[in-house]
Amino acid sequence: MNRKYRIGTGIIAVIVLFIVLLSGCRSGSGEKTQKDEPITEPKDNTEAMQDVKQAKEIFNSLPSPLESAMLIKSAGARFDKKFLNPVDNTKNYTTNASQALNLGIYTCDLSFASLYDQTQLIIDYMNAAKKMADGLGILDAINQSTIDRLEENINNTEVIMDIVSETFLNSNSYLKDNDQPAIATIVLVGGWVEGLYIATQLVDLNEFNGNKLVGRIIDQKLSIGVLLSLLESNKEHPAIGALTLQMTGLKAVFDKIKIDAKPITTEIDKTTDVTILRSEVTTDMSLATFKELTGIVAGIRNSFIK
Amino acid sequence: MRIIRIISVLTLFIAIATFNVNGQCKAFAKKDCLPQLHPYTHDGNYHAAVLVEGEEAELYKTFYSDMEYRVAVVGEGKLPNVEFKILDENKNVIYSNKDNNYAKTWDFKLENSKQLKMVVKVNSTSKPGDVPVSGCVAIMFGFKIKK
Repeated sequence: MNRKYRIGTGIIAVIVLFIVLLSGCRSGSGEKTQKDEPITEPKDNTEAMQDVKQAKEIFNSLPSPLESAMLIKSAGARFDKKFLNPVDNTKNYTTNASQALNLGIYTCDLSFASLYDQTQLIIDYMNAAKKMADGLGILDAINQSTIDRLEENINNTEVIMDIVSETFLNSNSYLKDNDQPAIATIVLVGGWVEGLYIATQLVDLNEFNGNKLVGRIIDQKLSIGVLLSLLESNKEHPAIGALTLQMTGLKAVFDKIKIDAKPITTEIDKTTDVTILRSEVTTDMSLATFKELTGIVAGIRNSFIK
Repeated sequence: MRIIRIISVLTLFIAIATFNVNGQCKAFAKKDCLPQLHPYTHDGNYHAAVLVEGEEAELYKTFYSDMEYRVAVVGEGKLPNVEFKILDENKNVIYSNKDNNYAKTWDFKLENSKQLKMVVKVNSTSKPGDVPVSGCVAIMFGFKIKK
């Protein structure tokens, strides 16, 4: 009895110790870059701004799918269902990478549908996102109570946005906390590319000059460095190499867009206590570059949803 | 046998502690940081880390001209004050909560879209020989369409 107990306890101790060591080895990768990781070649503003010597953690934050959809809406774009990834495609996504990309894509489509009060599509796309999250083993990010709450508040955009935000928070925090930061990154890349895809498709070329949506597309140049840093810090994942190649190609097109910015001055709106950051910015993107950008984004996005 | 028992208990304790740290940070971020964003809509992103007194974290994010933003930076209660600064691409400090009594939130909007850098630092208050305090620090962003 005693001997059995000793052996049993010993085995448990060894197993638990093994798990602890394994967990220790895996921590530290992902969205956050650890201080002692090798410093790579500078990329755009992001790296020029980085001061690696002191920071313990470096977070590279891409616009979430909800923010991307909000930017499209705020630019006055119309809604068009044909630019969303059909929900029937869910059955095609069987690998972790394709499920992660399409979790981001469906969350962006869901956000887009939510902002334009597309009630049936909201339910359909929440279910599509749920299938992707379930496939990735993200427990309870989107459960039946989420769907029920969505249905109960289907005409309340504000509550729906809160639910979408909450489900996205559940997904990405689960992935980061369970040592899957690369998957969390892939989800973000999927969502960001989908937002860019929808935006580029919705631009009316007859109203190219001074188009607000074109302005928001140009702004995405500011995030490409962040995106590449995020991929760099997760490069050990087998799906990241191909994504990095695609995004490097996209960056080459963004590099053709000129953005000149003057230093920021600040002013506080006394009535709202909101600080206004003022700075003069001039941008220049030719129609040819826009068409090239539209083409490359469509190619990348279609490779994600096939 | 007693030694094996002690080792088992200790190992189990370390294992549970390790697995709990991340989960605790998430729970803390949701409970203590997320509500600070109200009435702004949380963007859904999650940034949290365990920092020790004196340690820093950096964050890079693009902010858009069509939006109004609120950033919330909250450290666990056992931590000393958490300082955060927002810098532009030339490393000019645009805002520091140190000048505002270590406020946990800052509301802002931009005339033109910009990538900004955020530096978050846990102040150090321990004396030489003290064990430095560590705890979760969460950074979250809320937004709404600019009026």
